[in-house]
Amino acid sequence: MTIEERQQEIISEFNMFDDWMQKYEYIIELGKDLPLIKEELKSDDILIRGCQSRVWLHAELKADKTLHFTADSDAIITKGLVSLVVRVLDGMPAEQIATADLHFVNDIGLNAHLSPTRSNGLASMIKQMKIYATIFR
Amino acid sequence: MELTKVINDVEQLRDEFPLLHQEVNGYPLVYLDNAATSQKPFSVVESITNYSLGYNSNIHRGVHHLANLATEAFESTRKKVAAMLHTTDVREIIFTSGTTDSINLVAQSWGRKFLKEGDEIILSMLEHHSNIVPWQMVAEETGAVIRVIPVTPKGEWDMAAVDQLISHKTKLIAVNHVSNALGTINPIEYIIEKAKAVGATTMIDGAQSVVHFDVDVKKLDCDFYAFSAHKLYGPTGVGVLYGKAEVLEKMNPYRGGGEMINTVSFDGTTYNDIPYKFEAGTPNIEGIIAFGAAVDFVNSLDGEWVKQHEQELLAYATEKLKSIDGLKIYGEAENKVSVISFLVDGIHPFDLGTLLDNQGIAVRTGHHCTQPLMNHFGIPGTVRASFAIYNTKEEVDMLYNALVKAIAMLK
Repeated sequence: MTIEERQQEIISEFNMFDDWMQKYEYIIELGKDLPLIKEELKSDDILIRGCQSRVWLHAELKADKTLHFTADSDAIITKGLVSLVVRVLDGMPAEQIATADLHFVNDIGLNAHLSPTRSNGLASMIKQMKIYATIFR
Repeated sequence: MELTKVINDVEQLRDEFPLLHQEVNGYPLVYLDNAATSQKPFSVVESITNYSLGYNSNIHRGVHHLANLATEAFESTRKKVAAMLHTTDVREIIFTSGTTDSINLVAQSWGRKFLKEGDEIILSMLEHHSNIVPWQMVAEETGAVIRVIPVTPKGEWDMAAVDQLISHKTKLIAVNHVSNALGTINPIEYIIEKAKAVGATTMIDGAQSVVHFDVDVKKLDCDFYAFSAHKLYGPTGVGVLYGKAEVLEKMNPYRGGGEMINTVSFDGTTYNDIPYKFEAGTPNIEGIIAFGAAVDFVNSLDGEWVKQHEQELLAYATEKLKSIDGLKIYGEAENKVSVISFLVDGIHPFDLGTLLDNQGIAVRTGHHCTQPLMNHFGIPGTVRASFAIYNTKEEVDMLYNALVKAIAMLK
């Protein structure tokens, strides 16, 4: 699947929800289900400081120039959101990640989480992913 | 708005605040972030409009009609603020851009002149970053040393430590009157007395106090008292620094520019008198004029009713929230204002805040710019609900219900 196809898949999943509660219940489930990052990798070196919740991002470059991400957060909603972004970008070629337009966050009605007032680390995480991709492409 | 009547009824009061009557995410707005900023009554907004549409003009030096109107309105706020703080000397009221700006003024103008190596500055664990960082900057420059009053598990000053910390080395005590993170009302009368006994200067951060109760700077006998207009129904970008005239007169201005001078030549400049020597540049004229309307609004309130109403909300909300399994309140001081900081076992404050927002409830989450205090409690932050005069018990119920729903979703 391409980055675009992965985004479309998430958008259609979210289209099934009638209200905000279902949407957030799903995000919370994603946050609970996915142990995204190994405890020993959660060092301050890979900590992305949001004002309110903390996000850890670990990136690995494979020989075929694809980037592999694992990430985590201390807040469960942030963790769910982080897992969606990882699902879209994980294993993709660095070249494509560097220029990817992550419109799905807006399309599923969660763009408020990217605003600076939320300060939940999500926007900083996406920025960091793109920096890695730009360096490694 | 007619302001001669005494307002002591919450429904009547809510009519004065148009912003409260709206829906957020399909729910009626419940605004419980008053400690961050309070809402503005009609009269304050009207005052900004009247100035902008009727007599917008720069102040003090103009000879024309509009400049006179603006100057009069501007200076009348100074008189109102002086009266509010119970000083008869209007020169003791300096306008700044906010509490942070007021504290920085004292740190730069007083601190850099009077602090020397080895002098001690006493702060408390309850301080906002705004009452920590300016002193760290000055301490670094002057060699002064910062000492910190620890807090008890209830979130009150450790009084034995207060007695121990204050000595002949103490040159300045800078503490808040009310803690923004916990709501604790601190015994500043006691510490000011102690300070005077050793000849130390006192700087009180009143950002969180003036909205809740009457402050008499002459009775307190502090050297400085600072607060912001936007936490007192006024506009953002306006603050006050009260300073004793004899202390202000000994200080040098730290910002140069217009208004603060007497004469300027390239051989030398002489400064204006207080308060003007600390008010360089064109101030926030419309904000300060509108702040006068906010003080009028405060004067129209029945102070006893305000106290009673807020304390009732605090008691009711404390009882309701405590009944929630796993909820812990941070800050259980004997004397506190209508602020409740809390956490729920195993749930990050950001998650709670997000789900409350989706139900129309505005609270603050995070460290509240008090990282040393949060680190002391070993927590990343709290959820803070802060109640104002226009909040109701029904809104407390709405907070409770939204919280129960959010916790069920997160557990």
